[in-house]
Amino acid sequence: MFRETEIVKDVSSIPPFPQDAVQGGGGAGDLIINVGPQHPATHGVLHLVITLNGETIKKVEPHLGYIHRSIEKMCESLTYRQFIYVTSRMDYLSAHINNHACALCVEKGMQIEVPDRAQVIRVIMDELTRIASHELWWGAMAMDIGAFTPFFHAFREREKINEIMEETCGARLTMNYYVPGGLRADMHPDFQKKVKEFIVLFKRKIDEYDELVTGNIIFINRMKGVGMLSKEDAVSFGCSGPAARGSGVHCDIRKLYPYAVYDKVEFDEILETGCDSLARYMVRIREMKQSVRIIEQLIDHIPEGDFQAKTKAVLKLPKGEFYTRVETARGELGVYIVSEGATTPYRIKFRSPGFSNLSALDSMARGSKLGDLVAMMGTLDLVIPDIDR
Amino acid sequence: MWSLTNISTGIHDWLIQTFNPTWALIIEMVIAGIAVIGLFAVLGLVLVLMERRVAAWMQIRLGPNRVGPFGLLQSAADTVKLLVKEGMTPDGADKFLFNLAPFIAMMVAMLLMVPIAFAKDFQLWDLNIGVLYVSAVSSIMVISILMAGWASNNKYSLMGAMRSGAQIVSYELSAGLSILTIVVLTGSLNINDIIIAQADGWWIFKGHIPVIISFVIFIIAVTAETNRAPFDLAEAESELTSGFHTEYSGMKFALFFLAEYINVFIVCAIGATLFLGGWMPFHIGNWESFNHVMDYIPSSIWFFGKTFFLIFVIMWFRWTFPRLRIDQLLNLEWRYLLPISMFNLLLATAIAILGWHF
Repeated sequence: MFRETEIVKDVSSIPPFPQDAVQGGGGAGDLIINVGPQHPATHGVLHLVITLNGETIKKVEPHLGYIHRSIEKMCESLTYRQFIYVTSRMDYLSAHINNHACALCVEKGMQIEVPDRAQVIRVIMDELTRIASHELWWGAMAMDIGAFTPFFHAFREREKINEIMEETCGARLTMNYYVPGGLRADMHPDFQKKVKEFIVLFKRKIDEYDELVTGNIIFINRMKGVGMLSKEDAVSFGCSGPAARGSGVHCDIRKLYPYAVYDKVEFDEILETGCDSLARYMVRIREMKQSVRIIEQLIDHIPEGDFQAKTKAVLKLPKGEFYTRVETARGELGVYIVSEGATTPYRIKFRSPGFSNLSALDSMARGSKLGDLVAMMGTLDLVIPDIDR
Repeated sequence: MWSLTNISTGIHDWLIQTFNPTWALIIEMVIAGIAVIGLFAVLGLVLVLMERRVAAWMQIRLGPNRVGPFGLLQSAADTVKLLVKEGMTPDGADKFLFNLAPFIAMMVAMLLMVPIAFAKDFQLWDLNIGVLYVSAVSSIMVISILMAGWASNNKYSLMGAMRSGAQIVSYELSAGLSILTIVVLTGSLNINDIIIAQADGWWIFKGHIPVIISFVIFIIAVTAETNRAPFDLAEAESELTSGFHTEYSGMKFALFFLAEYINVFIVCAIGATLFLGGWMPFHIGNWESFNHVMDYIPSSIWFFGKTFFLIFVIMWFRWTFPRLRIDQLLNLEWRYLLPISMFNLLLATAIAILGWHF
């Protein structure tokens, strides 16, 4: 069941770490700059060691670990009901979706049938979370390339989603709403009305976003042909989500491995073939419209019934390995649980989208200008707690 | 009746009567110096507050509204904060140059106020080469930025300074060429002559398309020259933290900050003077009564109104556009603006020679 790692006893057999990787090119006239861990563009405590030749980037080396809270280890001492809520702190912008992945994994192990009502509300909440996350990304992305105003416009609409979230589950950022077997509570009486109001508002505002940013000639020139990530590279770096779909990789988990009610709703998987920053940008903008489409189909058809399946008081997963994956706003989130049959997991591993997407940054950034690095990081939509966990 | 001239001539006459001419001149110089410093401080406070309110308005926020009525004292409170803050000098910095740079920035901004006509006959020094003086003195600004970037001993500062060096030196060319368009049409470098030439209509209305083109190029070029967004590569918050003034704090930072805003004011004042008639009221050909009504509005209001309109436009740019990349910035200047403004200057010269303007 467990793959034993071969422990290297003889240290001298390890090949020396290439000096090139440490020094980053190290040619004459190279300038090595530390971007972060305290830098306005890294949106958190990411540390990039950049080797520059003038303004041109020769190498980008991400250093991680500044916000490592050992969430995976922490989960090993929490029960199957408790560990879900720690994952809200991983990718804090898609807390619901993280919880969904964990709940799905436990449900798969326990073979719990989730009531339809819970499934539908879960999908609506997931899509609202996705819109909220993409809105924040849109504002932050515009800020990265020097336009400040979009940030506030994005937050105006995001606030409406936050209000819905607050009413439904009491939190605005680290939401805890999903439990194994369904939802913690039924939806708020105003839920449907408020979501419909939001959709009407949002459909009008998303065109405003295009007017303000997408159509701007400076913006298009900054994004087009910048940060090229070929389809092959995207696959080999393990990129997922909008970052990979911008390179034409068919990777939407909602389509490939449908969960909840995603196989019953109509929506398109957005694929762009530009492979550049603009393609990744357009994927997210168009994805927001698809999320609205999904919500519109479901909001009037929430089935009656229980919001939670009857489960045992103490959950014990049978001995074995369980893996589920969902599509977060950033890409594929995998939850891997190894159970020994106890009330707590033996080992948990999260496959976070941000980590793999970040690994593509070096190959994307080489040869481009320093200003573009910030734009590329923006289009990868990095959330640092998601990378470090 | 409303003119500031009455005040200035009144003071002059009183001084001449009271003191002997030498002392009167010295006292006038002192008064002028104090007036410039006062204007520098007041304009800085007003512009910073204006920027914040304009930004807030565009970003659906309220902006500063707590300190004093409508937040009017916010800038004053900020100034007090900056004054009492410790002005740190980094260990590795070149101390002399590091401390000198903000003063050069401030000095340049003050020197640039000299030839500007704030109202009818209200000018510090009626230079016969006023326009040339402005373009010459504003070039010194780049020295202070390079000095600050180099002396900070910080990689971000150095990169910001290098960017700004490349940027200011390039964009001065098109700014200069678009100023030359007006000089060619007027036939004088004197700021007062240029304003008087617009008595029957501002150059932007009289000068056909070449003047409109050069006005647009002028606005783009001065936005770049003063390091304002979308050309704020020297500061570029999201890339270089704060660029050349990363290491500055307290009043030394405030001097850079104020100098930037004063520079914005000055380039807008020059733009208003050259293209929009300075203090000259809005006149239409021979509509005598209309022109008379316009004359009743004081000249200082005309000047500040036009200048603040241009400042608003430049702020509008800042809160709307994303930032350009350094190579795009230089391409824009050398591939588009410079050839266009050169050709435009030829066109304007032809119009001036043939007398086609109104």
